[in-house]
Amino acid sequence: MLPDPLREQALALAVADFDADAVTGGKFDRGELTLEIASAKIASVCGFLKYDQKFVRLSSLTAVDRYPAEPRFEVVYHLHSVEKNQRVRLKCGLTGSGPAIESVTSVWRGANWYEREVFDLFGIRFLNHPDLRRILMPDDWEGHPLRKDYPITGARI
Amino acid sequence: MSEADTPGVATAPKIEELSSGRRTLVLNMGPQHPSTHGVLRLLMELDGETIVRCQPDIGFLHTGIEKEFEVKFYQQAVTLTDRVDYLAPLSNNLGWCLAVEKLLGLEIPPQAQWMRVMLTELTRLNSHLVWLGTHAIDIGAMSVFLYCFREREDILRIFEMFSGQRMMTSYFRIGGLALEPPRGWQERVRKFIHVFPSRVDEYEDLLTNNRIWIGRTRGVGTIPLDEMLDLGVTGPMLRAAGLKIDARKDAPYSSYEKFDFEVPVRAENDVYARYQVRIEEMRQSARIVRQALDGMPAGPWKADSPHVVLPDRDKMKTQMEALIYHFKIVTEGFRVPEGEVYQVIESPRGELAYYVVGDGTARPYRVHMRTPSFGNLQATPRMVEGTLIADVIAAIGSMDFVLGDTDR
Repeated sequence: MLPDPLREQALALAVADFDADAVTGGKFDRGELTLEIASAKIASVCGFLKYDQKFVRLSSLTAVDRYPAEPRFEVVYHLHSVEKNQRVRLKCGLTGSGPAIESVTSVWRGANWYEREVFDLFGIRFLNHPDLRRILMPDDWEGHPLRKDYPITGARI
Repeated sequence: MSEADTPGVATAPKIEELSSGRRTLVLNMGPQHPSTHGVLRLLMELDGETIVRCQPDIGFLHTGIEKEFEVKFYQQAVTLTDRVDYLAPLSNNLGWCLAVEKLLGLEIPPQAQWMRVMLTELTRLNSHLVWLGTHAIDIGAMSVFLYCFREREDILRIFEMFSGQRMMTSYFRIGGLALEPPRGWQERVRKFIHVFPSRVDEYEDLLTNNRIWIGRTRGVGTIPLDEMLDLGVTGPMLRAAGLKIDARKDAPYSSYEKFDFEVPVRAENDVYARYQVRIEEMRQSARIVRQALDGMPAGPWKADSPHVVLPDRDKMKTQMEALIYHFKIVTEGFRVPEGEVYQVIESPRGELAYYVVGDGTARPYRVHMRTPSFGNLQATPRMVEGTLIADVIAAIGSMDFVLGDTDR
């Protein structure tokens, strides 16, 4: 069900039209539209937004760690439609134990490195990713530095 | 961290894995190769002189800046942004300040906005000059470098005059500028901008009709436009492929809508077209600087918001209230309301965006930088696979990436 504040947003209505269960929440704040998407639906929603709603660009893909809250992780997608000069933010909540989500590399090839970065720094796995390995940290690094329970200073024990 | 948290960690790309059944040669370019402009490593599998596969390896310059943001006050974090893209520090300052100001709902006075536009455009000139000089050196035109660095020196002196620093300026602050614009800046900028267009003519004299330059760059490094969009490429690369896309026009920030300038576009989509686009961008940036210089509004250079902006020095020494605000801001920072923003600006390299999540405290909860170099670099394999090894240098040079910007 679409929350009331989103009923004025044409794009939110279009996504709800495409899949009634996909949008679980969202807001329109400071001129930016945020849609919360059920994590199981992310790839199909992204495909819909790219091919039907002209969001040809994945501007960025990142994550936020809400530790110790649950769902712990938010995977954040910023999409950009060049034709409509419009941007939208998608968010998916993921649980803290064994976080995993469908990869969107099948929709945008450019998602590849962004998902590798999120895997590297947050430890979120992307299913069906063609080449999921660390990208910024050394390959034998232990842990995921952008997690909130990863200390910023101190010696490794 | 338990084993369950890190499943699927693969090991480093093994050179053997790259080799197919054919008798190919694996060439490791970088990370200390001079023409990769930083520490980029390219693993290339060659069939004769043709590249069969290319695999970029990044991360050598990863410094954990995004993690560092989370323990700094919002104002302190300005200094981190300089160090991301060290050839365009003021663009990064601007992106960060605009994002936090959007979260705060802070109104910036016109003079500060115009000053930001002027200095950001000088930054674009600075960055394009370094790009042109080094790109030309890579391809073999040695003297262009010396010409470009002559003008770059003038720009760095202007930065030094404003901020006291040549490179890591940190001159933009949340709420306005760091310092009052120095006395006599107009003359200095006017002198520079008066000669600069003729200097661009000089670069063009050296390169535009140069047969070797054309031979090395025409038809090299092309990627179809739709694939570039798919791969996350932005900036001059897209404009050289015929797409008129520029955040300064599409979503104007810091009063760019008040300036009259063109977005140069070329259709050829090769290294030469990217060169032409950037040369024209330099001319347009010079136009913007001139307009900012002539029309600079009078008035304050920082916002009237005592909770956020440090008070003037003389007030701080005579007024109790100003002293208290100063003490509060310096010791505990200022609180930024809960929320999230995605602020996009046009950096010299393409789309630069700051995603800032505030949680109501004095430190950002999470900052993500969508840096243009990271997106652009991802297109390297698509760009060079199937071409000759000699064209790699020209092709990756035309992307104008900065590894600090890529690895953060």
